[in-house]
Amino acid sequence: VVHTLTGVVGTERGAVSADVAMLRVTGKTPVADDVLTLELASPSGLRLRDWAPGAHIDLVLPNGMTRQYSLCGDRWDPFTYRVGVLREEAGRGGSAFVHEELRVGDLVGVGGPRNNFALVPSEQYLFVAGGIGITPLLPMVRTADLLGADWRLLYGGRRRAHMAFRDELAEFGDRVQVVPQDECGLLDLPAFLGTPRPGVKVYACGPAPLLAAVEAVCSDWPPHALRTERFVADELGGPVRTAPFEVELARTGRTVVVPPQKTVLEAVGDAGVEVLSSCRQGICGTCETTVLGGEPDHRDTLLDDAERQANDCMFICVSRARTDRLVLDL
Amino acid sequence: VTTLDREGAAVTATLGTDTSLPTNDADPFGHDVLEDPLPFHAALRDAGPVVHMTRHDVYAFARYEQVHASLVNWQYFQSAAGVGLSNFRYEKPWRPPSLLLEADPPGHDAPRRVLSRVLGPRALRRLREGWFADAEALVDQVLAAGPEFDAVGALAEAFPLRVFPDAVGIPQEGRENLLPYGDHLFNAFGPSNDLVAKGAPRVPELLAWVIGQCQRDVLTGDGFGAQIWAASDRGDITPEQAPLVVRSLLSAGVDTTVHALSAVLYAFASHPDQWQRLRAQPSLARVAFDEAVRWESPVQTFFRTATTDVRVGDHVVPDGKKILMFLGAANRDPRRWDDPDRFDLSRDPSGHVGFGMGLHQCVGQHVARLEAEALLGALVRRVRTIELAGPAKRHHNNTLRAWDSIPVRIERD
Repeated sequence: VVHTLTGVVGTERGAVSADVAMLRVTGKTPVADDVLTLELASPSGLRLRDWAPGAHIDLVLPNGMTRQYSLCGDRWDPFTYRVGVLREEAGRGGSAFVHEELRVGDLVGVGGPRNNFALVPSEQYLFVAGGIGITPLLPMVRTADLLGADWRLLYGGRRRAHMAFRDELAEFGDRVQVVPQDECGLLDLPAFLGTPRPGVKVYACGPAPLLAAVEAVCSDWPPHALRTERFVADELGGPVRTAPFEVELARTGRTVVVPPQKTVLEAVGDAGVEVLSSCRQGICGTCETTVLGGEPDHRDTLLDDAERQANDCMFICVSRARTDRLVLDL
Repeated sequence: VTTLDREGAAVTATLGTDTSLPTNDADPFGHDVLEDPLPFHAALRDAGPVVHMTRHDVYAFARYEQVHASLVNWQYFQSAAGVGLSNFRYEKPWRPPSLLLEADPPGHDAPRRVLSRVLGPRALRRLREGWFADAEALVDQVLAAGPEFDAVGALAEAFPLRVFPDAVGIPQEGRENLLPYGDHLFNAFGPSNDLVAKGAPRVPELLAWVIGQCQRDVLTGDGFGAQIWAASDRGDITPEQAPLVVRSLLSAGVDTTVHALSAVLYAFASHPDQWQRLRAQPSLARVAFDEAVRWESPVQTFFRTATTDVRVGDHVVPDGKKILMFLGAANRDPRRWDDPDRFDLSRDPSGHVGFGMGLHQCVGQHVARLEAEALLGALVRRVRTIELAGPAKRHHNNTLRAWDSIPVRIERD
């Protein structure tokens, strides 16, 4: 098989970089009761931004809601993102929208990938997944396997039929323990984790009670041995806008309008304000710009949640506005 | 032959014979090319999207499109088999491979993540004020000595050597080893020619010195080095990886910035109108530095290794073969840049590949830009004109486009 080297991503002359921040739903597949996977791809068939196991994307749904989903696909395929989505009865409607309304062919906004749950080097890994918490762990177990590390996965859920990706995990044999609660009861964490010892990293993702139980069992493990990721509720903050917005350039004393098909970087450039950029995908950080007013719609891969909440800077090659007006230190 | 289109769907095509693959028998590392690579680069670009370099049996990309596409495509073009001519699949590396430069995902992930944070724009804010003050002090000292000086030694080398080793946190003693180590390291990405032979005798001594500076107990408590070790305390990298990540700072953080600063100083000394432009609008300093990095491309070349048969245009780069990416040629490709040979502050240099692109893109680019902003800022406030006071002299290196000396004459405000 011969693979073809394909073109440039967004830094060529005249390119519109926002392509990586708006993706098309190319697949919607049920994988368990109440769980489906979405596949996303660039509308123009270009490479997507790189990611590593544990990363999530911000999915900006056509109804204006923003939800975070862990990537659970194959990073060696640079053209496709895959996320798993559980229909949550208690949620604020993001997952219901994905299950009921979102269609193959729809466009969705994408921020990130960002990673608060990175896989660190270790000789041995113990992975604990609860329910849909399997999604970030799926690429992790593949990576641990690829690296030849010693690893095991304990995967709990309410009922077997609700537990996604059992078929994909089957190839790993008895490294993976699948524990449906109605058949086997609760996870036996002390037996799985064993006694505290160096050279082991524990990764856990799932509902809060499960994480609390893992934290309790790991309380006397060495510092930093346990890494967890909590589910986050629908992100607060104003809905994302698709209408044009204004950007006030405080130092220049001008105001420019940013239409939906232009990036802030392009709009301020058209107004004669040169901001240096490099990757134009929200990866490298070169175009960081100080925010003096308004609320950005962050689409970069760089800022963590606390840095986003500080509301003091943005990467104007991809990030946009939630408010009618942004004031930038330009 | 089955190929994949850009959506990844299988399509069938008939592969033509490879007889029309352009070839070139020049030595890209010969002294004539190193002295002036521009005509050679133009010939390579015009020959086609891929050219077989017969002397070293490597596949060369000199156009922006292919250089950019291969830099970002770590899946088809790996770094772990070495980013020089030597193929680590068959040859033993001359030093333990870099965990950043000479690594691929997933092994590359953790060291890169740690170093990206240590050298990120937010982390550098605490250095800004001190570096600006250092630049003012250095420029005052240089200008006080007279209107003519060598911009390489007096500024381009002196300023990084003044601020960067302190920021890493290495001791004063032995810092004179940094430039010879970097010069040899960047020569070693090329063939084992006279430039490599010149540096070879000092390799054991320099390697031992460099790795000695990466140990926790010799580093200060607050520098980049200490922060890398702190990351190993958190388990983000292993204690075995920490010294090699520190080594990456000392390997890639000195010569590159020296030659990038030389590039921007030479650019201004040879383009007086652009200096006046910067004088009128000092906020163009960041754009000016990146335009100089595009124009001169201090890092000229890097290699990758094909992980599969890769079709490029009508030709195929076979699995396991080395590709040679001419960053400097891509940065002057008229298919991408208007009037590419002009150093022009009105140009938007964004998207140049002088720092690479993709997940190996220069992790220290924000450090380099901060050094340049500080130095240019100090100069532009004091210097009315800057011009060449004599012929500038090139320094030949297999990877770097460098200067030995740039005699300049300045007129103070």
